[in-house]
Amino acid sequence: MKTIKVLGSGCKKCATTADLIASKAAELGIEVAIEKVTDMGAIMGYGVMSTPGVVINETVVHSGSVPSAQNISDWISA
Amino acid sequence: MLAIFTKLADWMAYDLFRLTPGSHLGEAVHFFIEDVTKIFFLLTLIVFAIGFFRSMLTPERVRKVVAGRSRAVSYPMAVGLGAVTPFCSCSSVPLFIGFLEAGIPLGVTMAFLIASPMINEVAVVVLAAAVGWKVAVMYVAAGLSVGIIGGLAIEFFKLEKWVEEYVWKIRMGQMAEQTVDTSFRARLDYAWGQVKEIVGRIWIYVLVGIGIGAVLHGFIPQEFFIKYASVDNLLAVPSAVLIGIPLYSNATGVIPIVEALMSKGVPIGTVLALMMSVAAISLPEMIILRKVLKPQLIATFTGILFVAFIGVGYLFNAVLA
Repeated sequence: MKTIKVLGSGCKKCATTADLIASKAAELGIEVAIEKVTDMGAIMGYGVMSTPGVVINETVVHSGSVPSAQNISDWISA
Repeated sequence: MLAIFTKLADWMAYDLFRLTPGSHLGEAVHFFIEDVTKIFFLLTLIVFAIGFFRSMLTPERVRKVVAGRSRAVSYPMAVGLGAVTPFCSCSSVPLFIGFLEAGIPLGVTMAFLIASPMINEVAVVVLAAAVGWKVAVMYVAAGLSVGIIGGLAIEFFKLEKWVEEYVWKIRMGQMAEQTVDTSFRARLDYAWGQVKEIVGRIWIYVLVGIGIGAVLHGFIPQEFFIKYASVDNLLAVPSAVLIGIPLYSNATGVIPIVEALMSKGVPIGTVLALMMSVAAISLPEMIILRKVLKPQLIATFTGILFVAFIGVGYLFNAVLA
């Protein structure tokens, strides 16, 4: 099972990103563990300066905006 | 090209709604229609164009190019890049930490954060369309100068002690490079996404700004501004800056108010000082920055900007009015 982390200090866009990933995963019937990372030290530890950021299995795949639905389904079904 | 919006407003206000040209309501409605159509058209067009060419800089890239430069280069670079790098205010905190972590001085980092909300490509084009290129160029020059002055002042007073301690302890991981899909289809999608995001975020500020501008334009007599906001009234500039501090808007949202005030003969320095104050100093931004800055630094930072905006106002009024 993939572990997906959404990096962000609790802004609206970060919540939107997490919700989008959850609904896309449910739609595709893929089980994922979504975790919101709000600790600034942890976020910076991933080298992300623009939030929201997305980390899949400890690899940063996205940062700086709400990702597109296409991107999300590519990540979770890959 | 933009005259079409004046014609549209003429037709709607005077033919469709049968208002009398020159009447209070007629003038206000005309201003409102013209600005709503013109500003939202320009806003959409510019944001789309910038998004399509993906000319947008990311804070990560700015960090990389500014780090390690001498002060003579890093200050102008920070304000210049601050003006053209879009970032959501919720990213201010990671951006701030990331800059300091890369060894960029506090003053340079603050210069970036001061310039960023005040100046952006969209606001400059809309300002030029509303009140002319001359004013737009002056606004940009003044904004960049204030950013540099603010940053230098923070450096001069050695205010690093007022940055929260934990900030200095954070270490950044390997920077993740963003991969960009440059196909035509992806560019279109991205540009449209940017329009939805940016217009979706700022439309309310722009609409409220146009509403206030329309009321000022239609209902407040010119004599009022001549009496209270002329160059001779030395309190006009500080008052404009003070009024602007609690008001919070996007830079583009203030432009209709700038337009209305200038049409009423309010001197340019006073108007620009108000615009800068509204765009740069805002409570929500301060609350976000409070996570990394101690209250003393936020207060000093606000004080420095307050003085700098007043200076800009007096200077432009003295030279141009």
